[in-house]
Amino acid sequence: MRNIWTIAKREYDTYFNSPLAYVVAFSILLPMGIYFALIMFVSSQQAMMGGPAPETSPINWLFVFLMIFLSPALTMRLLSDEARMGTLELLLTAPIRDFELVAGKWLGSLLFVLAIAALTLVFPIIINNYVTPGIDWMVIISSYLGMILVSAALLALGTGISAIFTNQFAAFFVTLGLFFFLWFMVGLPASYLQEGGDVLNYLSLSTHFSQSMNNGTINLGDIVYYLSLIALGLFTGTTAVEIRRWR
Amino acid sequence: MIKVSGLTKDYGARRAIHNLSFDAQQGEIVGFLGPNGAGKTTTMRILTGYMPPTDGEAIVAGYDVVEESLEVRKRVGYLPETVPLYTDMVVFDYLKFMGELRKIPNVDARVDEVLDMVGLVERANGYIGNLSKGMRQRVGLAQALLHRPEVLILDEPTIGLDPGQVVEVRKLIRDIGKDRTVLLSTHLLNEAQNICDRVLIINKGKIVAEDTTENLQARLIGAERVILRVRGEADELAKTIKQVKGVQGVETKEDGSVEFEFASGKDVRPEVARQVINSGYDLIELRPLGMSLEEIFLELTGSDNKKK
Repeated sequence: MRNIWTIAKREYDTYFNSPLAYVVAFSILLPMGIYFALIMFVSSQQAMMGGPAPETSPINWLFVFLMIFLSPALTMRLLSDEARMGTLELLLTAPIRDFELVAGKWLGSLLFVLAIAALTLVFPIIINNYVTPGIDWMVIISSYLGMILVSAALLALGTGISAIFTNQFAAFFVTLGLFFFLWFMVGLPASYLQEGGDVLNYLSLSTHFSQSMNNGTINLGDIVYYLSLIALGLFTGTTAVEIRRWR
Repeated sequence: MIKVSGLTKDYGARRAIHNLSFDAQQGEIVGFLGPNGAGKTTTMRILTGYMPPTDGEAIVAGYDVVEESLEVRKRVGYLPETVPLYTDMVVFDYLKFMGELRKIPNVDARVDEVLDMVGLVERANGYIGNLSKGMRQRVGLAQALLHRPEVLILDEPTIGLDPGQVVEVRKLIRDIGKDRTVLLSTHLLNEAQNICDRVLIINKGKIVAEDTTENLQARLIGAERVILRVRGEADELAKTIKQVKGVQGVETKEDGSVEFEFASGKDVRPEVARQVINSGYDLIELRPLGMSLEEIFLELTGSDNKKK
């Protein structure tokens, strides 16, 4: 565990030295901020006519949606760059397990995303100040739990793919392609199928957040789905690192 | 401390090392000598637990490199040939990170200590990316020394250093080698001669010779060769020398000097010198050539590139 933490801490610090990480943070926070301002504006207009109170769920949905496109940029160099620079040789001859290395890399990227997510807490806090009797904090907690789980799953898959490649851009595009597939494509044929549609729907990333956790419903199925993706990503990464040793 | 038997490694169809066996004791500095692509780095990578061998066994610091890889890695300090470093990190932070991975107690103090050993204290807060090649080499060395390893494996430790630093690093390695095991690879033969207790010459994945540097020289040299130089023209010089009893293989060189041999143990130099003086020449040089490790190396590896 301590090894995972040592690797994660270094990775987290590295993000703050990297312009790309700031670009990613900016590309998430700016659209969310604009979207938040629009929602506040529209709600304030409708409120005079007895419209509904503003909600954070659309903003949080945007966070997850942006993560599909931006998280590959955070994970692409995690292990591929170590292989390219040769520093993997240092880590693979240090007394740490291959799994600890991969898990540490993943945790480091997750910590960075959590830091961005923490900044977005400002939105529900602002809404809470304008709405009486305040917003339902349980829904917010559920929504943020969902955001963290989606991010953790995406980053784990990205870390796994990064371990396969030596070129970080190859890792980026493969990761992006996979996320695009999981989000948009897997669920598409579901409604045309007689049987098996449920399975495809379950595999689709998009169904496990917007219709459940983002609205305050926590299903065991959703949590199992995310944990499976995390396990799959970390397993892929560990296996890829082990294969590197044998070549 | 290092015991290797029957070690073999294949990269696909290419056999990088073939049935390698050797050992190294505590307090011994063993040099690994060989041309590029001979299998030095591959062997070192197996010994450090970076990659498993295709066949054979290696015991390092009492543990098997495959079965107990983590235990081996705890006890080995390794400087890879390419000296991989995180260029975006500060020297101190990098060493601290590596120290934390090795769970060194009181890591800050130890990093300061090691920085002092390699003479990088002033650059502790500089970015690794801004360091010269020699300094990076020393950061790599510091990293290998951090956890006071029982076994130190150094892949070309002095490459890229300036002459002053080479002397310092060699002294450092000799000091460490007094109570620990050091295996270092080099293609600088004088380096092997200079710091190693024992040399393994490896070529095309096989050990072709293993001995102390002195013994290697003695084994290959049956006769001693001498260079003789006199002032001015010396057309008749070779003839004069040939008359001395015991002189063999006289050769006149283009620059006017003369080389000859005599059987080991039968020193004819005083007699040759007398003859030269008596013949009216001004003797200015009479020097043993001795077979250098370079020549031994070329002889053993059958290398084509004749660089002397």
